[in-house]
Parts: sequence; C-alpha cells; structure tokens
Amino acid sequence: MALRFEILGRFNRARAAQLTLPHFVCQTPLFMPVGTQGTIKGLTTNQLEEIGCQIILGNTYHLELRPTSELIDELGGLHKFMNWPRALLTDSGGFQMVSLLHLADITEEGVTFQSPVDGKPMLLTPEESIQIQNRIGADIIMALDDVVRTTITGPRVEEAMYRTLRWIDRCIAAHKRPNEQNLFGIVQGGLDPVLRDICVKGLVDRNLPGYAIGGLSGGEDKDSFWRVVAQCTAALPEDKPRYVMGVGYPLDIVVCSALGADMYDCVYPTRTARFGTALVPEGVLKLKHKAMADDVRPIDPTCRCMVCKNYTRAYIHCLVTKDAMGSQLLSYHNLYYMMKLSRDLHSSIIQGQFPEFVRKFLRKMVLVLEMALTFVPCIFFINFSLFCFVFCFFFFFTNHELFLVNLDHFFTNAELPTSNCIPFLASWSFHVTKSH
Amino acid sequence: MKFAAQAWSNGRARAGVLQLGSCPYAIETPALLLSTRKGLPTFVSPDLLPSLPSPDSHLLQISPLHFVEGLSSKTISNIGGLPKMLGLHEYGFAAVLRDSVVCLPECDSTNKTGASFETPCGRLLIKPVEYMEMISSLKPDLWATLADEVPAWVSEKRNRTSVDRTVKWLDDCMRLSMTGGDVFGAIVGGSSIEERQRCAQEVVRRSVSGFWIGGFGLGESMDERFTLLTAVTDNLPAEKPRQICGLGLPEEVLQGIAAGIDLFDSTYIYHLTIGGFALTFPLDGIKRHVSKHVSHSQLSDIGRDHTKINLKATIYRKDTSPIVDGCNCYTCQNHTKAYINHLLNVHEMLAQILLEIHNTHHYLGFFRMIREAIHEGRFEQFRQKFIERSCDHILTAALSA
Ligand SMILES: [Zn+2]
Ligand SMILES: [Zn+2]
Repeated sequence: MALRFEILGRFNRARAAQLTLPHFVCQTPLFMPVGTQGTIKGLTTNQLEEIGCQIILGNTYHLELRPTSELIDELGGLHKFMNWPRALLTDSGGFQMVSLLHLADITEEGVTFQSPVDGKPMLLTPEESIQIQNRIGADIIMALDDVVRTTITGPRVEEAMYRTLRWIDRCIAAHKRPNEQNLFGIVQGGLDPVLRDICVKGLVDRNLPGYAIGGLSGGEDKDSFWRVVAQCTAALPEDKPRYVMGVGYPLDIVVCSALGADMYDCVYPTRTARFGTALVPEGVLKLKHKAMADDVRPIDPTCRCMVCKNYTRAYIHCLVTKDAMGSQLLSYHNLYYMMKLSRDLHSSIIQGQFPEFVRKFLRKMVLVLEMALTFVPCIFFINFSLFCFVFCFFFFFTNHELFLVNLDHFFTNAELPTSNCIPFLASWSFHVTKSH
Repeated sequence: MKFAAQAWSNGRARAGVLQLGSCPYAIETPALLLSTRKGLPTFVSPDLLPSLPSPDSHLLQISPLHFVEGLSSKTISNIGGLPKMLGLHEYGFAAVLRDSVVCLPECDSTNKTGASFETPCGRLLIKPVEYMEMISSLKPDLWATLADEVPAWVSEKRNRTSVDRTVKWLDDCMRLSMTGGDVFGAIVGGSSIEERQRCAQEVVRRSVSGFWIGGFGLGESMDERFTLLTAVTDNLPAEKPRQICGLGLPEEVLQGIAAGIDLFDSTYIYHLTIGGFALTFPLDGIKRHVSKHVSHSQLSDIGRDHTKINLKATIYRKDTSPIVDGCNCYTCQNHTKAYINHLLNVHEMLAQILLEIHNTHHYLGFFRMIREAIHEGRFEQFRQKFIERSCDHILTAALSA
C-alpha cells in the first residue's frame, strides 16, 4: 500500500480527508481532470498547479497506442514525461476499448479488440493492463474490470460482477510495484443491490488501498445512481478512499460527497469548454449564445480565476469555438470552478458547515431557474422546457422554502430513501444533466 | 509616442527606442511586434505572456478585421478598448488591418471607396469611415492608415492608382480620427521604384507620427525588394519610426533592417508553430552550430535546416533534451523534445502553446542580437555571418542529395 488516508472531518456520511500519495498530499473530496494523452487539453502543467489540480487522470489505452508505455517507461515514467510533479491516476484501458471500439469482446481471458493500428485482433488481459500501468507509473492504478452498462439487465450483469472479482486476483498477482503504486478495485454489479453487495464484500476481503464504484454514469436515472453510490459507500471501509468513476457534474459531486464518496473524474469540464460552455454557480453559461456578444460582465462575477478577473463574456463569446484561445480560457475557468468546488466541499465539512454549503449551492441554481420561469430573458437553461414545467409546478404549487428545507433534510439525514423529495430531486438532476 | 534613433551601422541599419502610450516600458528597436489573433497571441494565454522576455514582448499587433464578427464597436467601446478587453495593461497595441495569416488584401475588389480584404468572414470592403470607427472603439496606441496594397505583378497603372488612393485615404482617416492614438501613414507603390518614392514623399508631407510600409511579401523577389525598400526609407525623416508587414524570415528581417526598418510583425512564428517547427539557430551570433554527430544525409531527411528543426520528426521520439540547451523559455525549462513530439503526434494543442512560447522567445533573442550588432557597429558582419551559414547549409544539403 502506497497511500495514507486520514479523515480530518465528517458531517454525517460526508467526509473530508487527507490522501497522501507518492507524488502529492491531496485534500478530498477532490475532482480529477482527465488528461487522456498526457496533457489536459490546452493547459500547461504550471497552470494546472496554479488552478489547484491535485491528481490528473491518464488513459492507459491512448497512452499505450501513443507514445506507448515502453517509451514512457524508458523516459522515466509519465510524471517525468509530461513534467507533472503531482499525483497521477491511470485507468485500466478496458472501458475505453469497450466504449471506443465496437469490435471489442470480453472473454474470461480478457478484452479482445481489433487493433486500431493494423486491424489485427488483440487481447488485453488483467495481467497486461497492470503491466502497462506499472510502466506508466501513476500513483493510483485501476484494476481491469468487466464493465456492463447499467441499462443492461439479466445474467450478463451477474457474470460481469463475478468476472470482475476473479480478475482482481489476477491484477493483484500481476502488480509489480505495490510500494509505489496503489491498485484500486472496482465495484460492479449494475443496479442490483445484491450483486453490488457481493462485489463490495469480495473486494474488501482483498484489502486494497482504495475502492472505486464503477459502471455508473452510463445512462441510468439519477435515483438509481444515488442508491448504488449510497449502498456502496455505506459498505466500503471507512479508512480507504472511495472513487466514483466518470462522475463530473457539479451537482452529482455534491450529492456523492454527501453520501461519503471522495474522488471523481470526468471529461465534462474540459469537453464542455471546447463547445463554448462555462460552469457557473447557477449551472451553465453558453458563451456561444448571441446574448453574450454585448455582455460586459465576467463569466462568473464571483469567480476569482485569471479569466474572470480579466475578460468579459463578450470577448470570450468572440473567441469560443473559433479560436484555440477560447477553449484554453474556458477550460481554465471550468477547471478552476471544479477545484474551487472540491476545496469548498473539503473546508465546509471540516468546519461543520456542510449543510449550509449545500443549501447555498442549491439555492443559487434554484434562483436562476426561478428567473427562467418568470420569463425574464435568461441565458441559463435555455432549452429545458420539460424541466421548467416540472419545476414550475413545484415552485408555484408548493412552498419554495419547504422544498429547500426538504433538501436540507435529505442532506443532513442522508438515509436513503426517507424523504419525499428524493424522486423529485432525481428528476431535477436528470433534466439538468441531460441538457448539457 | 516617443521615438529616438540612437545608433546607426553600415549606413541605414539603425537602433532606437520607442515608447508607446499604454506601455510603461521603453522598447528598443529594431523590434518584433507579436502578431495576435483577436488581440491575444494565437496560443500563448495571457497569464503565460509575462514569461516571455520583458519588455521586448510588450508590443502587440492587432487586426481590427478580427473583431468584425462577434463583437460590435459599441461593445468594445463599452469594455474600454483593447487593454481592458484583453486584460493586458502594460502592453502597447499597434493596429494594422492586414494580419498576413487569415486577413489579406484583395486588390481586385478594392475600389475608390475602400480597401478589400479576404477574411474568415468572407470578403470585406473597408471604407475609411468604417475603419476609423473600428479604431476609435479599439483605441490602439498606434494605427496604420488604410492602404490599397497590390501584389508585385500589377500594371503600372494599377500601381499608380493604389498610391493615389492610399494617400487620399490617409487624409480621410486623419480627418475622421477621433482618438489620441499615433498615426502611421501607409506607404505603398508595389514593385515600382518611382511610385514607392512618390508615395513616401506624399506621406512625409502629412503630420504623421511614423510610417507603415505596405505591399511587401506579396510576390516580389528578395532581390528586387532591397531597392524598393531603400527607395522608401531614403525619403523618410530619420526621427520617425518605420513599421513593415510581410517580412518574416530571419534573412528578410535582416534585409529590412539593412534598409532602415524598425518594426516587424511575427507571423513567421505562427507559420513555424503550425508546422511543428522550433527555431534553433545559435543566439551567440558567431559560433558555428552544425552538430557534428548528425550526418549530412540525416540533415536533409528530417526537414531541419540550420535555423530550425521539425519536432514531428521521429528522431525526436526519445530525445529528452530541451529544444535548445540553455534556452530559458518556459518550454525549454519544463519540457523535452520527446514530449513535444508526442503532443504533435496526437494533435494536442499544448504542442502549439509550447512551440509558440519557445519560438517567440527565440525570435526576440534574435532581435536583441541584431540591436547589439548595430550598437557595436557590426551589423553588416552579423548579417553576412547569418546568411553565410544558411548558404553553408544549402551547400551541405546539395552535397548530400
Ligand atoms: Zn472564472
Ligand atoms: Zn526555449
């Protein structure tokens, strides 16, 4: 085990911790930006440090294709290759294959896929995934798992869960650098609480340095998503980090943190930046929109990042989706926003202010929705008529304050499912995220 | 604006000092104005700009045509003009319509009412009144007057028309000007020595702060260019600065300086960066720097010449050295050739960011060397040495072919 995990503060199930990795001492909850090919698109490593990034994710599949793990190893590992002094995490490569190549096939041996270079069939076994990740040298490496979309049901889910458990032993056996790299196991089992339970128990028995909750963010509804996270975090050991894979919408991060998760990763903040969308406390701001052309306010007047301190929405509007600088500046702001969110979660838990933080976080989003509903020309949430309808109903036919109180209740008594507001909250989030 | 020429070398080459309105630093000339896309360097974000040599990097060239789409003049005025809009407060801005990359003069559609340009938003005809509206909202420290730039091959008649129009537009622009920025009078004349002289003499009669020499880099040969340049500069007063567009290569810059030009743009750096090239010529000015261990045949294979290397080449795959040993730019201090080679291979934007930083840093160093040579009265030796090395290289390449 090459990490130390010390919990510094709690609020019910939420926790703030210090995660000491070989290359960096991190504060959780934390968001990890995705740097697929050994770089976060358009940002220098100096800027990433300045923004407060603690761990960057590298994609094993892409790095193995180019420049190859052999080369990275020969040149001293990924940290040195990309000159990133802080922590790194690599995925197993399996998920990327399954999602990027339609010809991937999973057998007991491993993931078979067609080489994108010469079209020949190739095989990624658990042993090989670990070997590649050992060469890349990240602080945290991920076990190869059998990923099934949560929308799939039936015996395939059970098969995948048991296979994931069989593969973890092969991963552990293949791991050659346990004193420098931490192997995380991944909980599978779809939306089935029984299967998830078996998987958690199986992995916990192996006493791994940390655990990930996998197979989510694949199109399941938010209600199911939170139930799975809540169930897994409740069953995972208190003294080990918990990583919810592929989660990156600010609201999801807040909710998962309330449920006791510690780490998140997602391409969303940087990808959405390239399409001209900024993350703001109110939700999202589409800089491409015509209304931005005359807006001389910063992207987020409360944000203290380099971009918001210097630039107007109007200027960013004329850059986005046309000039490289547009996506550079928006990525900078979006990652700054995510890091600020991580820091705020951490400090509010430590200071015992978590419910207040969550209330403020939600209220800001809610306020803007209210504006949209009263037909004030509003640039946020332009195209969610369905959501507006649902919200409208709640706003004008129920008590607004009561609704917020219910949310507080939900977060302070994070026992699922107790509150009436949960189904509603679930549909809310569903529509918010869909519109991205 | 203040300008003073302080030293001359070999006749026309001169070194001086330029002080622009919003830039608190005195900039030494000959100087490189950093070309921008919508006011910022194409890839180097504003927080990385201070890592470039200061104050050399504090002159930015902008094209008002970049703002035609997306931002209205009114909004730019509301924001408060260039320094505020770009968040760059200690920089000097020079406005020139042509950016030599995506906005180029299109002389066939230019008519007596205005100059035509090919731009990313299609072909645009810019009249003096529209141009001055752009200038009064952008509020640059200096701006060149509207010019009818023609390529080298046009008829004598078209050439004469271009000079007549350019001089008329100069008067129109100055009459319409409502800003405090300094005016650089545009001088054109294509490849006709007589028209170049006539235009220069006409512009000198007006109360301009400096001169902008247009119509170069549009098809003329390097051999004929020097005579054309001196036909202009010999007619200009020594106490006012001279800016030019369209000369980018090191040897072109040296030729321009030999003819008495003070200010250049950096589109060359953009082209290098886009192509994956990094400047590597030695900045000591004297020492020969052809690495002994690279054989002649390799030299021609890998698309390197004596001034630059192409980092896409596979020989850099495992090269853990910086682009230039001892270079103190952000890129060379932090990254290896192998990493940049990888970034280029996988089409990651960081490659261009790192290359633009290094190339700008390196080219600013080249200008610094030139100024030193002028101050020490050995500009012509410096230039000869530089060109000789290029010739060596051509010979080397020819021998190994
Ligand atoms: Zn910001
Ligand atoms: Zn350098």
